[in-house]
Amino acid sequence: MNTLNKETQSDIEELLPWHAAGTLSRRDAQRVEEALASDPELARRYALVRDEFGETIHLNETLGAPSARAMENLFAKIDAEPARRQAMTFNFSARVAEFFASFSPRTLAFAGSAAVLAILLQAGIIASVVIKDKSSGGYETASAPSSDPGVGAFTLIRFAPQATQDDVTKFLVANKLSIASGPMAGGLYKVRVAVTGLPKAELANIVKKLQEDKVVGFIATTE
Amino acid sequence: MQTTSDEVLIARIAGGDRLAMQVLFARHHVRVYRFVLRLVRNEATAEDLISEVFLDVWRQAGKFEGRSAVTTWMLSIARFKALSQLRRRPEEELDDETAERIEDQSDDPETALAKKDKGALLRQCLTALSAEHREIIDLVYYHEKSVEEVAGIVGIPEATVKTRMFYARKKLSELLKEQGIDRGWP
Repeated sequence: MNTLNKETQSDIEELLPWHAAGTLSRRDAQRVEEALASDPELARRYALVRDEFGETIHLNETLGAPSARAMENLFAKIDAEPARRQAMTFNFSARVAEFFASFSPRTLAFAGSAAVLAILLQAGIIASVVIKDKSSGGYETASAPSSDPGVGAFTLIRFAPQATQDDVTKFLVANKLSIASGPMAGGLYKVRVAVTGLPKAELANIVKKLQEDKVVGFIATTE
Repeated sequence: MQTTSDEVLIARIAGGDRLAMQVLFARHHVRVYRFVLRLVRNEATAEDLISEVFLDVWRQAGKFEGRSAVTTWMLSIARFKALSQLRRRPEEELDDETAERIEDQSDDPETALAKKDKGALLRQCLTALSAEHREIIDLVYYHEKSVEEVAGIVGIPEATVKTRMFYARKKLSELLKEQGIDRGWP
């Protein structure tokens, strides 16, 4: 059976009323719980606090309630007040709070999940672009990655008119392509398909495969 | 069921929403009334004061910044109103204190009955505490306010809140001892 030193006991004892009311922080509540478990005298005093707590509630609950007169008086005074301009006093944080409060917890949970998913997707795309850029290795200037040093295997692509910027980005990422230069005359882009030169047959196969994508309007091999 | 938070109600009140005011009043007027009544000890005065408290809430809602809970803010207003009222009638408060002392010494049938019930005696002693001590005990036990919140309402440092609560409880023990109950503390 332990007994706390006097100073610690005094500190903890001061917190007992708030512990009884459940208004301590988790950390303080844990300190008090540990002290109560190890100090029987403190536990006895805590029982006194709990008696006070219970009787204070009892006393207040027997005080009754105000009559309807209080509310009548209040609203008579409110009605006598000058009308106020609504928009001036409605602050932004309150609007935000009310906006979110208007959703059910389930709706908020779905919205939260969707937001997380969108962020993860975006992070994935960015990461894949970065990794692809880094995977080329070799020397790069600090100002710009090597875009068209003339090394690698290339195609000329004109994107379909209905393709959006998002479609094109997804197409490039999915096929590990990068735009080397462009747009040139006729809306053509020089697109690198490999960082090293490829045999003609292999490049032709890649072109054939890429041609099937609806994003591609025209594609041809180039030097 | 989802209920509108006090903060949202205050925002609506700031915009002049009378219905939001009714909801806030219905939600909190009893507790505010009891807090005020314990300080001023007069039901009619307490009723008048809560109308004033909620009228201030109506007027000041646009200035509420949400740095404390709405109930903490309202109790601060209520306390200010109650103390202002007490300052306006010091002689009545003096009479009240005198009456308390007389009551403490007496042993009328009600007191005799109370002695049989420790709980009733404890409640009687809670009533006999000074306004300062009643206030802090009510805020902590009945209104469930943290040390920080009590400090905000009463306008004293947090360390003083703890000390004041300790002395309020000590005084309670002394009053109980006078009534024949020795709690063995402090």
